[in-house]
Amino acid sequence: MNQSKLKRSDIIFGKYTPTDYNVLEKTVKRPPEEIISDIIKSGIRGRGGAGFPTGLKWKYAATLKSDEKYVVCNADEGEPGTFKDREILLRVPRKIFSGMAICGYVIGAKKGFLYLRGEYAFMLPQLYKDLEILDAKLKELALDFSIEIRLGSGAYVCGEETALFESMEGYRGEPRNKPPYPVVAGFRNKPTVINNVETIVTAQTICKIGPEDYANLGTTDSRGSKLFSVSGDTPIPGVYELELGMTLADFVEEYGDGDTKAVQVGGASGFCVPRKKFAETIIGFEGIPTGGSMMLFNNKRSMYHVLQNFLEFFCEESCGQCTPCRIGTQQLRDGLKAIKDKVKDEDYLETLLGLTETMKLSAKCGLGQSVANAFKSIVENFTEEMVY
Amino acid sequence: MEQLIQLTIDNIPVEVIEGTTILDAAKKIGVKIPTLCHHEDLCVAGNCRICVVEVQGQRNLSASCATPATNGMVIKTNTPKIRKTRRDLLGLLVSEHNTQCTTCYRSMNCELQLLASEYNVDNNIFLSVLKESDKKIDRSSYSIEKDPSKCIRCQRCVRTCSELQGVNALTVAHRGEHMRIETFMDLPLNEVVCTNCGQCVNRCPTGALTERRYFDFLWDAIGDPTKHVVMNTAPATRVVIGEAFGMPVGTRVTGKMVAAMKQLGMDSVLDTDFTADLTIIEEGTELLTRLKKLIVDGDKTQKFPMLTSCSPGWIKFIEHMYPDHLGHLSTCKSPQQMFGALAKTYYAEKKGLDPKNIVSVAIMPCAAKKYEANRPEMKASGYQDVDAGLTSRELSHMIKQAGIDFMRIEEKHYDSIMGESTGAGVIFGATGGVMEAALRTVYEIVTGREVPFKNLDITPVRGMEGIREASIKLENCVEAWKFLEGVEVKVAVAHGLLNARKIMDQIAAGTSPYHFIEVMACPGGCLGGGGQPIPTNEEIRKKRAQAIYEEDANMPKRKSHDNEEVQLLYKEFLGEANGHKSHELLHTHYTKRNKV
Ligand SMILES: Cc1cc2nc3c(=O)[nH]c(=O)nc-3n(C[C@H](O)[C@H](O)[C@H](O)COP(=O)(O)O)c2cc1C
Ligand code: SF4
Ligand code: SF4
Ligand code: SF4
Ligand code: SF4
Ligand code: FES
Repeated sequence: MNQSKLKRSDIIFGKYTPTDYNVLEKTVKRPPEEIISDIIKSGIRGRGGAGFPTGLKWKYAATLKSDEKYVVCNADEGEPGTFKDREILLRVPRKIFSGMAICGYVIGAKKGFLYLRGEYAFMLPQLYKDLEILDAKLKELALDFSIEIRLGSGAYVCGEETALFESMEGYRGEPRNKPPYPVVAGFRNKPTVINNVETIVTAQTICKIGPEDYANLGTTDSRGSKLFSVSGDTPIPGVYELELGMTLADFVEEYGDGDTKAVQVGGASGFCVPRKKFAETIIGFEGIPTGGSMMLFNNKRSMYHVLQNFLEFFCEESCGQCTPCRIGTQQLRDGLKAIKDKVKDEDYLETLLGLTETMKLSAKCGLGQSVANAFKSIVENFTEEMVY
Repeated sequence: MEQLIQLTIDNIPVEVIEGTTILDAAKKIGVKIPTLCHHEDLCVAGNCRICVVEVQGQRNLSASCATPATNGMVIKTNTPKIRKTRRDLLGLLVSEHNTQCTTCYRSMNCELQLLASEYNVDNNIFLSVLKESDKKIDRSSYSIEKDPSKCIRCQRCVRTCSELQGVNALTVAHRGEHMRIETFMDLPLNEVVCTNCGQCVNRCPTGALTERRYFDFLWDAIGDPTKHVVMNTAPATRVVIGEAFGMPVGTRVTGKMVAAMKQLGMDSVLDTDFTADLTIIEEGTELLTRLKKLIVDGDKTQKFPMLTSCSPGWIKFIEHMYPDHLGHLSTCKSPQQMFGALAKTYYAEKKGLDPKNIVSVAIMPCAAKKYEANRPEMKASGYQDVDAGLTSRELSHMIKQAGIDFMRIEEKHYDSIMGESTGAGVIFGATGGVMEAALRTVYEIVTGREVPFKNLDITPVRGMEGIREASIKLENCVEAWKFLEGVEVKVAVAHGLLNARKIMDQIAAGTSPYHFIEVMACPGGCLGGGGQPIPTNEEIRKKRAQAIYEEDANMPKRKSHDNEEVQLLYKEFLGEANGHKSHELLHTHYTKRNKV
């Protein structure tokens, strides 16, 4: 482990002082265009899963004319196997608030919301304390911006940005049709920048260290470093900050238990990579992107059960509004079992694989669209385990 | 500033206004994209996903009902990829469905059935995921039957109940595989705020929501030689029955409908229009009496505006939502209930029948009338005044069951007594019609002259605007009504309960400027009622309205007070309008209800 091939990094948790709002103070003295240009130059892409270039999002929001705009920090963290935002919220919350305030300044929003996963309610006392300090600082800087914390309802789908807005507006957490996208019509149908916790903290870090230093980390396609939530069959589960662009083989060498059979990259909505593909698989936008969840499975695991767990999760956590997702998830779960139980022939797998394509093509939001990822990658790589 | 954009759909160039959906753009060039959750009367939902199309440059398919067309878009609506996707989606819906088309009330008029058949969906591609718990049918309501096992979760009912009706009796409950349409706390329909309007039924694409059917009861009554079956038909039925037999929307079939009902074996086929005319006399008199008490007697307790009371969905709505304002309602029963009360008294007397042997049945455009017929207070005759309320859809069904060739049947006239009607009674079927009929009569009573509108057509109260208003000045009044000289009577018309809510909020706030308001629960009035043929949309409702006004224009008499049978009724039986007997038989009271 000493000669790790992984490049560790420490910009997210590093250098956290009680006066961390200094970055905010320095940054808001610069023109917004300059800040946007830095964020674009840094190459950072969203850390919440979809990987949209953050600088472009901010730039577009800044150009829109509107009497109201919003900054929303997505701290719903519901993806199975992800717990890195939790760590950020506990350890460096002022970096989040300062990042949100910078974003507010840049796009011209006066109001920010932290949408906090319900289970994280225990953090509220500390978060409110830090917000008080922020408020004092904002007053001192004469910045018209305030942050409110909203508690999530415990539904995974509410992490999807438009469902999150619905939930914040007091409606059922159902994803909306897109377009319009949140930047144009988000919370209360006003231009809204919504970013993952880590994205916001990284953006504020870029303001601190400059885009060049940040862009030096990672690879051309996957700039920077990011947090990984490592779980499953590993002797050292936890949250690690690593530069992007490593191979899965290097990753497994570091975190595996020596018997790793597969890694689920990106949680239930991500992809499963079998051992034979570890060497060729790059973690990053050029290979398999991830919101940070890395689940390791060793040879004692039944991949059938792993997949059934994911499917059960989707059957429960789909909002249920759209046909392909509500019914498709049940069909995949029940169909797989029927094959295992010999109620259906093996070739029914083909029908199910075809169904995942339909779900990907036609589901209304990312949840239903990405069920295919785990299903296909597990079924195709571990067909025997599915059938026998 | 509407901007035009160009795109191509299936290689056909089309120009539309920016903001038009792909679905509507395709419609413009005659390309029909299948839909299920989409309904022209409702907001976009985009949840069934059947309407997916390929947009060049997009990785995934796009729901055409929910995606605005943009300039330069290149769209394909029918490719192997799209067909496979739609077929899978239909297969999924069928796998969640209690497919029983052979016995389903909506068979042959079901959007799921039609598409599944068009796409030749194999019933067994997927495993059945129909939930046992969904097989429990809710028949608690007199009006509405809810069968979750036939629900495709398109949420059209939910949107109808909230967007058009502002009632919110139905909501989406639970997540994922357990997601379904429920009432508040999944209570039975008869225990929640449901107004029984049936608008959700009209917009449900499948057999999940239907009206409670009573035709078996009616067949039994017809078959029972000891029973005398009296049927009355509502104004709005005579312009829609043809739709079920393939006739164009807006065809007037009064005579055929009467003939068909006679052939079904009714002892007497009468007209609800008769009691519509009667309602005008009673309600008009009530309005004038209230005005007199206010102006002449200075009685400030008189409630203004006065609200019409002939739409039972509206009545249940106001009882739930505005229980403190029931005093604004006219105390007149609806024409259906007036008819029932008279059928078992006046009619029985004149025909020498024992009222206990009379079965009185109403053919209505309405689902709420079923509930109304069963209200405990509706027993003025000493019996249940109306034994059953059937929808126009049920009547069409019965005509088919009886093997009657509706297209060929010779027209017949209504029987007498209580079969005569005027044009004023007929227009009760359209939003604004009650108001127009009332004004034709009230104005003439007060001034001795006909209303000052060409051909008696009071056009300001006609149309499909959600709320319309008009005013009419009373001048040169006859002696008895001199105290109304110079008064400008302000009236309003509202249809759809969301509009009723606006009217009521104004009243609750004390800012309502009107004297008299007509409210109909259903968009379009009774012609768009919850018991009318499916589908419905604004174009269909407009055509039906046109037919109703044509019917009126072609009637020899067009004012309620000219109805001779009504005049005779007063002379022989009731005495005077709003008199003692009227109050006993034709007026009612209301009940405060909860908001949940
Ligand atoms: C089902 C579903 C759940 C999601 N949950 C989260 C979440 O918990 N946290 C998050 O940041 N993004 C989540 N996302 C992604 C968000 O929709 C959105 O893309 C993200 O917040 C944008 O921020 P970013 O650009 O900084 O990544 C989810 C997406 C889907 C489809
Ligand atoms: S894909 Fe699933 S979660 Fe997303 S809208 Fe459809 S049913 Fe809801
Ligand atoms: S709702 Fe439609 S598809 Fe379902 S049983 Fe009835 S007719 Fe058949
Ligand atoms: S009948 Fe009317 S009030 Fe009742 S659920 Fe349907 S739309 Fe709502
Ligand atoms: S009851 Fe009918 S309208 Fe309502 S969701 Fe089900 S299928 Fe759609
Ligand atoms: S009709 Fe477009 S998604 Fe249902």
